[in-house]
Order: sequence, then C-alpha cells, then structure tokens
Amino acid sequence: MSVPTMIIQLAIAFLTTMGIFGLTLLGSLPLGLLVYFGKTCRFRIIRGIVTVYISIMRGTPLMLQTMVIFFGPSLLFHTQVPDNWRFTAVVIAFIVNYAAYFAEIYRGGIESIPVGQTEAAAVLGYTRGQTFVRIILPQMFRRVMPSLTNEVITLVKDTSLAHVIGTVEMFTRARQIAVAPNSPGMLTFAVAAVFYYVFNYIMAFIMSRIEKKFSYFQ
Amino acid sequence: MILEMKNIQKAFDGLQVLKDISFSVDSGEVISVIGPSGSGKSTLLRCATFLETIDAGSIRYMDILAAATGAEGKAVYAPKKDILKCKSYFGLVFQQFNLFPHFNVLKNLTDAPVLVQKRDRAEVTEEALELLRKMGLSDKANAYPDQLSGGQKQRVAIARALAMNPKVLFFDEPTSALDPELTGEVLKVIRQLAEENMTMVIVTHEMPFARAVSNHVIFMDGGVVVEEGHPEQVFGDPKQERTRQFLQNYNR
Repeated sequence: MSVPTMIIQLAIAFLTTMGIFGLTLLGSLPLGLLVYFGKTCRFRIIRGIVTVYISIMRGTPLMLQTMVIFFGPSLLFHTQVPDNWRFTAVVIAFIVNYAAYFAEIYRGGIESIPVGQTEAAAVLGYTRGQTFVRIILPQMFRRVMPSLTNEVITLVKDTSLAHVIGTVEMFTRARQIAVAPNSPGMLTFAVAAVFYYVFNYIMAFIMSRIEKKFSYFQ
Repeated sequence: MILEMKNIQKAFDGLQVLKDISFSVDSGEVISVIGPSGSGKSTLLRCATFLETIDAGSIRYMDILAAATGAEGKAVYAPKKDILKCKSYFGLVFQQFNLFPHFNVLKNLTDAPVLVQKRDRAEVTEEALELLRKMGLSDKANAYPDQLSGGQKQRVAIARALAMNPKVLFFDEPTSALDPELTGEVLKVIRQLAEENMTMVIVTHEMPFARAVSNHVIFMDGGVVVEEGHPEQVFGDPKQERTRQFLQNYNR
C-alpha cells in the first residue's frame, strides 16, 4: 500500500472517529445536566440511583463498558443486533460514560457559585427554572470551561477504545494497515498520531475561543 | 400598613433566633434595626423577604396574608402566586451586593422587571437609565459589575431593587462590606431616598447614620426587640440598660 493511499484510508476512518467524538459530545453534554439534576434531586431514591450510576461509570474502564453495551443484548436476550449496532453501541457507551463526568463537573461549577446569586434572583421573583437558566447556567459554564476542555481532549483520544469491539475508526484502521504485508509500517502510526494531535490542537483552540467569549465578566 | 409581621418565631437547629417578634412597616417610614451580631436582625429581614421560612407567626404584605400559624402551631405559607405578588412589594439590598456578574449594569436593572413583572422593555429601560442617573452612574450602564468599585456596586444593587417599583426597600447591612471611604456614597443615596419618602427598613451598624436618617429605631438583642422608638429617644435617652450598654460600646 502506498503512502498516499494509507493517508486517504486513515482520513476516511477518521470520519468515524469524528462521528463518535461529535455524537458523544452532543449527547453527553446535555445528558450530564440531567444527571446533575438527578444527583441533586430531593427524592432520595433518584439521588441514590444516580450516585451509584456515576460511581460505576467512573469506577470501571470505558473499554469494558463499551463491550457490555455491545455484547449485552445478544448475550442477555439472545436477540439479533442490527448491522450498525457496533457504531451505535460505541456512541451509547461513550455518551453514558461522559455524562457521568460532565455531571460532576457541572456540580462543582454550580456549587462554587455564591448562594447570594440564587437569593438575589429569588427576591426579585425569578422562578427556580428562570434562576437556573438565566443566572446559574451562564456562570457555571464560565467556571467549568477549563475542565470541559480537558474532557473534550481526553474524548478525542478515548475514541480509539472503540477498536475493542471492532469499530473501524482511525486507530483500528491504522493497526490493520500497519500489520498488512507491503504497508508503510510504522509510518502509519506516525500519521495516525498526527491526525489525533492536529484535531486535538484545533479542539483546544476552539475551546479557548469559547472560554474567551465567556470571560467578558468576572 | 405595608408589612405586618406578628409573633415571628424562627430557630436554626434548635437555636431560637427570633423569639416572638412583632414588627410592622407603615408607608413613608424609615426604620433602622440595630443590635449586636447574632441578635436576629438579619434573620428578621430574611424572614420578611422569604429567604427563610418562619416557624410560627404571621406575615402580611398589604392585602396579602403570606404566612400564618396553622392549626398545628406551625406557620403555613400562601400559594406561590401570592408570594410572588408579595415579592413585587419589596426589594432587598444585600451586604454582598449580589449583582449578576454576567449581566451588564443596565441588564441587572431591567432583567427582572421585564421577565418577572412582564413590563414593556423600552419603558423599563428608560426608567432604569433614569435610576442610574439618580445614583450618579449614568456612565456605567454598559459596564460589568466587576469593573465597579464596591460603592458603585451597592448603588447599582439599590437601583436594581428600585427598578421593581417596590413599596418598601430592605437593606441588610448595606455598607458592612465596603471600605470606610466608600460607605459615604451609599449612605448618601439612602438618605436621598429617605427625603423622597421611600419606605425603608435598614439593618445597620452605622449608628450616627441610623439616628439621622430614620424616624423609628428598633434595638434587638437575643432574638427579641429590647427597645424601640424615635431615634432621639433610643439614642439620646435609652430606657433599657441593655440598650445603653450597647450604645456605649459603640461610642467608645
């Protein structure tokens, strides 16, 4: 396989990597907020369930979670899984895992906001919902941006864990190419590393721009 | 009568902070509440503004009974709708200002009137700019709170409360978080409001100010009203030994 072909093959597989990355963020950022609500819910049962969920998500490897979600349906219920289940399972596993981390990041951000903000809003007659959306959320995002950047960058690299169930994202593809006869060998891994690095560099840049956008106050 | 609080009781973890306090505010009154730390002055304000719930007693704003002791001896609050109506009758100025840091000064003033009171944005904005002019902050409308000094922040906070057109304005130690040289500008604004017959309740440690600005003084200690009356009487000729002690410590 020639070097240009290898690069094109990796680029095509990188589309899958970006797909996992994009869909995971799209799902887990809002789901994290929902998990946060559960974690701070006044009903003890919900709080308990969410606490256990977060604990499991953080306490077991994402690779294992991905396998459980992928093999779970066929092993437990002996059902036939659809052809695209591989990709779907990866995205579900990633969303559910990252939401747990985002929930804790949100919680840290929200709890660091002075209680006076909520009190001022309450006295002015804001409802709890209005207070959360207009007063708390913008200040929370401002505070958690550095932590979110960390997670986003980790996620780009975590997409390579999808190889464990045979999803052909860039890492899996690079391995396939590198071990094939007459391949560019080590160069394949080097190119894959460049792909990851450049993409992360761009993501870090975008995140820092968003952070700047938020820094008009305080 | 704008506010009438009767036989208020409030305890935190078994510690009785307010012991059967009654307190009322008439239109045009400027009431100063003084007393040592932990006497319950701030808690009284926080109960009046629904930041704390009372254990027993009653709270009435104008024609709305916001809370009253029910059959089981515990205070029962009116439905949310009534409480919201009550909230439109008062404003509260905090010791720590509590401005919204992500809103500029103008938006700090206009957001609640537009969102909560559903008033016309153009009209609210015009009123807000006029309030800022009155506070001497015309040039700060587009500034963010962190660009202001403490005294400016507190004046914005006063303007924010006034933008809701309240019938009574509560102050919870409005100058306690300020450098001494900045308290003057805030006290001046409050004095100006008193001259315009704004009804106010001021919890403060600024004794000369309380004496000058108010027409009624309440001295609290240990969760009860020890003495109250005209400022000249309370400050000039206190009847209670405890009041005398407290004022003496202050004058030293």
